[in-house]
Parts: sequence; C-alpha cells; structure tokens
Amino acid sequence: MLETVDLECQRGERLLFSELAFVIEPGQCLHVAGENGAGKTSLLRILCGLLSPTHGEVHWSGADIRRLREDYWQLLAYVGHLNGVKDDLTALENVRFAAALAGHPAEEDVARDALAAVGLAGFETSQARFLSQGQRRRIALARLFLARTAKLWILDEPFTALDVRGVAALSTLIGEQLDRGGIVVLTTHQDVPLPGRVRRLDLHAQPVAA
Amino acid sequence: MTATFAAVVRRDLLLAARQRADVANTLLFFIVVVTMVPLGVGPEINTLRTIAPGVVWVAALLAAILSLNRLFAADFADGTLEQMVLSGEPLPVVVLAKALAHWLTTGLPITVMAVLLGVMFDLPRDAIGVLVASLVLGTPALSLIGAIGAALTLGLRGGGVLITLLVLPLYVPVLIFGAGAVEAVAGGLAPRGQLLLLGGLSIGATVLAPWAIAAALRISLE
Repeated sequence: MLETVDLECQRGERLLFSELAFVIEPGQCLHVAGENGAGKTSLLRILCGLLSPTHGEVHWSGADIRRLREDYWQLLAYVGHLNGVKDDLTALENVRFAAALAGHPAEEDVARDALAAVGLAGFETSQARFLSQGQRRRIALARLFLARTAKLWILDEPFTALDVRGVAALSTLIGEQLDRGGIVVLTTHQDVPLPGRVRRLDLHAQPVAA
Repeated sequence: MTATFAAVVRRDLLLAARQRADVANTLLFFIVVVTMVPLGVGPEINTLRTIAPGVVWVAALLAAILSLNRLFAADFADGTLEQMVLSGEPLPVVVLAKALAHWLTTGLPITVMAVLLGVMFDLPRDAIGVLVASLVLGTPALSLIGAIGAALTLGLRGGGVLITLLVLPLYVPVLIFGAGAVEAVAGGLAPRGQLLLLGGLSIGATVLAPWAIAAALRISLE
C-alpha cells in the first residue's frame, strides 16, 4: 500500500502542489494527469525517494520511505524520462546489468526472454547506439519484465516513442502487474487504454505564488 | 551485494574497453607532462634525478583530476545513475565499485608507466621500487577523494573548474607523502613512514569516501 501524507512540493519559486494525500491499494493503478509543468515528474520522483518533498511524507505499508530506504527500493521499479541505457553496451548487456543492479541478476536466456517480450528479439547483440529511440525505450521497459518481483512500478511517460505494438505489449505487462497485486503509478499524455482499476489524479499548474 | 559490486566493476571495465580513447587520454596526458619536464628544465641528470619523484607525482595527480569529469557524467546523463540510486543495494557499494573501476583504468596504468618513466629519469632501482609502491598505495586515495568532488559538482555548469578547486587541496597530503617517500629513499632514509601514511590515507578513503560520494550523488540528483 502506497500512501502520501500532506505532500507539498515547491520547485524554485513555484508551488507545484500541496496537501496532496492519496492511498493506492495493491492491484491499483494511479494515472497522474496534468498539463506540462504541473509537477507530474516531480511527484513521481518524490514517490521514488529521488526528490525530497518540501513538506509531507510518503508511506509504504505504513512506514516512511525515507526510513525504509533500500528495503523500499528493492520493491520498486522506476522507468523515468531517461532510459538508463548505455550506448556502448548491447541490448542484452544493458538488460543484464540493469537486473544485476536491481539486485536480481538474470541469466542470459532470461534476459533474452525479456527482450523478446518487448519485441527486441534479434537485436540482442546490437549496441544501443545503433538502435532507434523507441527501441531504446523498449530496452528500459524490458527491466519491468525482469522486475516482476517489484511490487511497485513507477513509470514516467512509459508510452513515449513506442509504436502501436509496443504500447499494447506494455499495457499487457501493466495488466499482469496489477493482476499480481502490484501497484503501478504512471503519467502519460497519450490516450492509452489502461487495464484494470485505474484511478486518475489531476495536477494543475499553479501560477507563481505572489 | 557482491554480485552487484562485481556487475558494476565489470560493466565499467567493459565500457572503458569500448571507449579506449578516454583511458588512453589520461595515460597519454601523464606521459606527455612527465616527458616535457626534461625539455624544459634541461638535461642535467642530477637535477632531473632529484625532481623526478615530484614530477611523476604531480603529473599523476593532474591526470587523475583530468579523468574525474567522466566518472559519473555519462551515467548521470543517460539515467543510469538514477537506477543506481534506486537500486535495492546500498549506494556506497555501487560507488565503491565505480571508484575501483576508475582506479583500474587510471591509477593502475599510471603506476605501470611510472616504471618506464623512472628509468628515463635514471632513478636508482630501489627508488623506482618505492615510486611504484607509493603510487600503488596512493592512487586509490586519488580516485576515491576525486569521486567526492565529481559527485558534488555533477550537473553543474563549469563543474570542471570546481572539481579542481575542491579536490586539489585534499590531494596535497597524498602528493607530499608520495613524493616524500621516493625522496627519502634517494636521500638514504627509510621510506616506511611515508608509505604507511599513504596506505593509511587510502584505507581511510576506502572506508569513508563511499558514504560521502553516495550522499553527494543523492543531492546532485534532486
């Protein structure tokens, strides 16, 4: 269960949101919506623990994530704006390193399966620099296939640069995660049919505080 | 934890092997600086023999600083650093692995090359031995202390200048004891004290620096 308590975030002079409180139960998906600059990415980074809120707390199963630290991050899979994909490594090396870093090393055939699941079969030994933007995005998303033990997925614009089949494959992955009782928090501007129970949270860009 | 540590070291070495120009750049800089000195100072062999330890150590120090920029910059730019921070493993472990890989691609080649440069300056054999020993013991501290500076200045404009300003004062003890050890043996004294201090600096840095680097990286990512 992911819970926020009286969350407030200020970036520079601008108050992005305040008194934000919500609870996400296992099996639920939270779709964070709002125009550019409304604070969607900041909220997601706060939920990850990458960014400290100016006020308030994020709780996982009742405990503050700032106290849980590694115990919380072990359960978390995050795909941000940046793919975390190395240009000089092959698709396979990228996936296997990401898995080892997350603390669940993947054998080569498991990593190949993950790449096949995101439609990159046949590109395993291509260096990422020779792949397209969408294909790199798929390498990042292959992490999710390996992160099935992660109870919480936080995805920032995961559908960006994906083609129709990629979008469908990712929707399936998200659906499976929710069926397992996992939690998914995501932002997207695309009108993607999300499976399962989706809650929507609207953030509104606020003018600079006087 | 050891699996993650090994994975990070292996990946950084693999990346270094695929971007050989970066590694060669540091080593080449070191060699060029040291070989330029006789041309500037003149070929008086006794003078050269006296200044050799200091010259090698100063060049090693500058080469280390030159290589610091790229320690975290690429991981920061492509988002791998975020994944490292959010890894279920302790960040200091990941950071220590990166520092080890950095040392293997800068400190170690510099140490090996110092043997040849010592011969070039006509250092006696025991002085060359102590020079190598001092570099082996001292350069890990350069990588670790430098990584703190690199982490603090990550993502800042003009970070390169800041790293130099931040890190150079902290490098001074390493330089003094490193060059001092070789000068001691050249002067007929035992270099043991300086070498022990160098080793102590490196061990201290190994224990403490990863926490400082991890904290600095978290701040840089905010």
